[in-house]
Amino acid sequence: MGYFRGFAVTFRKMFEQRVTTPYPKQKRDKPTRFHGRHVLNRYEDGMEKCIGCELCAGVCPAQCIYVRGADNPEDAPVSPGERYGFVYEINYLRCIHCDLCVEACPTEAITETNLFEFSFTTRADAVYTRDELLVDAETGQPNHLPWEDWRPGDDEHTSGWMRATASSGDSTYQGRVAWSGELGYGVRAAEPVEPTESAEPPVDGGGS
Amino acid sequence: MSHVIPSGPLVLAADPLLNQGLGPGIVGIVLLKVVVAFVLLLVSVMLMIWFERKLVADMHNRIGPSVAGPFGILQTLADGIKLFFKEDLVPDRADRIVFKLAPYLSLIPAFLVFAIVPIGGDFSGDGTVTLFGERTYLQVADPPVGVLFFLALSSIAVYGVMLAGWSSGSKYPLLGSVRASAQMISYEAALGLAIASVFLTSGSLSTHDIVAGQVAGHWNVLATGVVPFLVFLVAGTAELNRPPFDLVEAEQELVGGFHTEYSSLRFALFFLAEFMNVITMSAIAVTLFLGGPAGPILTDTLGWVWPILWFGLKVFAFLFGFVWLRATLPRFRYDQLMDLGWKVLIPVSLGWFLLIATLNVARDRGWPILVVVLGGVAVMVVAAAMLSGAVDKARADRLAGAEDEGVDA
Repeated sequence: MGYFRGFAVTFRKMFEQRVTTPYPKQKRDKPTRFHGRHVLNRYEDGMEKCIGCELCAGVCPAQCIYVRGADNPEDAPVSPGERYGFVYEINYLRCIHCDLCVEACPTEAITETNLFEFSFTTRADAVYTRDELLVDAETGQPNHLPWEDWRPGDDEHTSGWMRATASSGDSTYQGRVAWSGELGYGVRAAEPVEPTESAEPPVDGGGS
Repeated sequence: MSHVIPSGPLVLAADPLLNQGLGPGIVGIVLLKVVVAFVLLLVSVMLMIWFERKLVADMHNRIGPSVAGPFGILQTLADGIKLFFKEDLVPDRADRIVFKLAPYLSLIPAFLVFAIVPIGGDFSGDGTVTLFGERTYLQVADPPVGVLFFLALSSIAVYGVMLAGWSSGSKYPLLGSVRASAQMISYEAALGLAIASVFLTSGSLSTHDIVAGQVAGHWNVLATGVVPFLVFLVAGTAELNRPPFDLVEAEQELVGGFHTEYSSLRFALFFLAEFMNVITMSAIAVTLFLGGPAGPILTDTLGWVWPILWFGLKVFAFLFGFVWLRATLPRFRYDQLMDLGWKVLIPVSLGWFLLIATLNVARDRGWPILVVVLGGVAVMVVAAAMLSGAVDKARADRLAGAEDEGVDA
């Protein structure tokens, strides 16, 4: 009778709880570190974090980032360093949301939000420009473009989870989540990381 | 329309409706029955496709179609409308005429088979219902050749599949159609032999008479000894190209099988025919083996509803079974399929057919039944042993031959 056990299995399955979510009607919570649409962040004083170093473009496996740096105008600097991102474009027809650009960025200028519901209908909309990616100069929150479907809360702390250890590499911050200063949110206090299962200190991305 | 056809054995039917001659009212009732059967079949196909997708989804722990209409019940309609507006493509290397003909060769037999199925009527009486004051059968036609009509049409449907693959001018459809014709022809033999057992028991080919012979619980499934019913189920599933015998359109191997090159409405016709065949095959199985519309009539008023209800329930049980098979069983390998057909189903159904024939003769001649049964079983066992011995010998020879030639067996 072993032949018929399979039939019992499929029959039983009919009465089990479904795991599928009927997506557009009912949306699941996203994981905290969900990789979504990028933002370009600003410091607390409104200066742009991007220094136009092109490391993100270099590391991008899909080659979807195009950056050109330029010297800061002396009378009106855009970023606190020597150079700034003069052109910054991400082509979302190519982007695979691997987050390597975020890992590569030395100044935490580029991070990813949780937004994934942005379906554009033209190529021009698909290529996000610097102006579209930059957070608002007043509030520090991402731009809401017409074709994007932001859920409440999605535009808060869009760079908040970034570093598990101090970006500066200060050993006193080992095992603590620390943030660099950010427009609209300031410098948030470092938090202890949840104890990991292994005794080793988290190398990167140990926060929850 | 004024002339009167004398009553008598009409080619079309022994339906009492047609025995009094043809008036406009009679023709109207016949047309009404045709239209109702047509619409009923189309609507039930629509519901069947929805039901299958929903049930398979349930068995896969998914949700299934849920957007079009309540519970996604209009999904099939939406798909049909979408297919209607798709580009109708005829491949460059296709044989254009045959390519366009093939879907209809599949579809029309599927429609016609349903005409001989009695879907209602109180068979504890004479199986008639009264429509507009005229007594008639609840089936479009009751030809004396009955079930042979079904076998003939399902053979024609093979042409639809075969010609579709042949005329596409493409590799996968050709492979699919070669498989299809081989599969459908080999299983039709087993199917026919299983049905022949029913003829022997019922003594008639007419579907109406077969159903009438099964009143009061004397269903053919028991009267023929269950084996023909099981053979019919397996062979019928193979004939329908349903899983686990869906090698014809094995998506993983053949893309879409014989209908790979079809698109738009022509594809929809194939799809329609396929699901229509599932329903008609279930209806035929119910008619032949499970007493058709037979069942208790529980109320005096609206008594004619009950047979239709019982018939619907029985067909539904088959449809559920087909979907259940699809959700559970993996696909057969091609050689397994052929082995099952030729080495198991055909011998078994042939042996059973001979046994029933012998029993009938024994009953007529007054031979001792027990002796006949024991003798028959002994002959069948010997025959089965000889057959399996022959098969084993052939395989051993083949393997030895392969080794001689240095081929990996």
